[in-house]
Amino acid sequence: MAVTDTINSTLRKVPAWAIYVAGFLYAAWYFYLGLTGGLGVEPINTLERKYGLTAIQLIIAGLAVTPLRRWANINLMKFRRAIGVTAFFFVLAHFCVWALLDVQTLARVWADILKRPYITIGMGAFLLLIPLAATSNNLSVRKLGPKWRQLHKLVYPAAILAAIHFIWLVKGFPWEPFIYAGIIAVLLALRLVPKKRRQPAPRRATT
Amino acid sequence: GAASIAGSASAQDALEPNPLEDITSYNNFYEFGTGKEDPMRYADQMEISPWSITVDGLCDNPGEYSLGELTEGLTTEERIYRFRCVEAWSMVVPWNGIELGDVLAKLGPKPEAKFVAFETTVQPENMPGVRRNVIPFPYVEGLRMDEAMHPLAMLATGLYGEPMPKQNGAPIRLVVPWKYGFKSIKSIVRISFVEEQPPATWNIINPNEYGFYSNVNPLHSHPRWSQESERVIGGGLFSSRQPTLMFNGYSEVAPLYEDMDLDVYF
Repeated sequence: MAVTDTINSTLRKVPAWAIYVAGFLYAAWYFYLGLTGGLGVEPINTLERKYGLTAIQLIIAGLAVTPLRRWANINLMKFRRAIGVTAFFFVLAHFCVWALLDVQTLARVWADILKRPYITIGMGAFLLLIPLAATSNNLSVRKLGPKWRQLHKLVYPAAILAAIHFIWLVKGFPWEPFIYAGIIAVLLALRLVPKKRRQPAPRRATT
Repeated sequence: GAASIAGSASAQDALEPNPLEDITSYNNFYEFGTGKEDPMRYADQMEISPWSITVDGLCDNPGEYSLGELTEGLTTEERIYRFRCVEAWSMVVPWNGIELGDVLAKLGPKPEAKFVAFETTVQPENMPGVRRNVIPFPYVEGLRMDEAMHPLAMLATGLYGEPMPKQNGAPIRLVVPWKYGFKSIKSIVRISFVEEQPPATWNIINPNEYGFYSNVNPLHSHPRWSQESERVIGGGLFSSRQPTLMFNGYSEVAPLYEDMDLDVYF
């Protein structure tokens, strides 16, 4: 597989921190556009949606790492943490724009979280991602051991909640949120495909 | 009459119209797509000349009217109205047009006509949103006859003294300032006088979220968001919300709903 080899060897040369830098610059660029009229006449809503959409795209990217390695032989493992942490960064940015610039008062933020199901669901996704972001450092990986893998499966329900949150907030029937939900469903379903068991090594006679 | 009524409503806070750019670049006109900038991008494809409006139902003068025939002999005036979208944003628009009641009177509604229904043009070849079926088309709306005859209701044919931009519903659209924006149907090709409450597009799509009346009402929240406040378009990234007023500030329409529970008939 020459193509995947080329892809993999090229990717090996890209440092993982490039994802953090690119993510931060991308978010900052859109914030700058919002400040300077580049996001149209209602920048708050546009920025809120942009950060939310980028967050769900990065969650999808993170979920794609394992299937890509298993079925396409493309190895993005070394980027997975950076993708995940950057996804969390965009969820946080999305939340901050919503709470601070859009809703603006803490009482209303709280009321919306309790009263509006699509916001409750989005908040649920956010909360599920907090422990993942908090344990994304090497120390936690070492300390938690096998529990770390279990804990980080919380990204599955978080992705499902994010997809529902997106579908629930639109008016009418645009395709976009359904396409994202479909991709997430496929990526999660792929994890249910059983791995081929390795043939057990023939037992040696003990003489 | 009408002008002074509109004047009294607007005098409360000396309305400052939004710049033309705000009004023409932030629109909901799903025939062109669901994005706020889609109408600005694609509406130039809409065919508006010649324009014909079908008048039918319970009236004395049904038929096909050109835009000129419909508005002939009626006074065009400027009305500066608050425009409050159900999505909790608002702007102030200097419309030009004629009183809806004057047009309807000319068409001669019969006494049995209790409602008036409107329909937007459907031009699949010119409208990307129609081709994608994002909502059912044609877009339809309606008013109770007494609402339609209220002097605040108008048919607008322009804004800022210029012919109506296509993304704002050229060549002729409804403006009902005390109702959420989606009631103010754009690019009208049919006016029907009917006895029963006519279908209204968003009410068909989601009756729990969008009632037939859809009067601006800060006390009746949309199931998915509060209607207590609104963001004025054009204020930038740090603009603060302002409280939403009952009937969008046009309290003179309150007598139309005197005997109604506005939480039921929202």
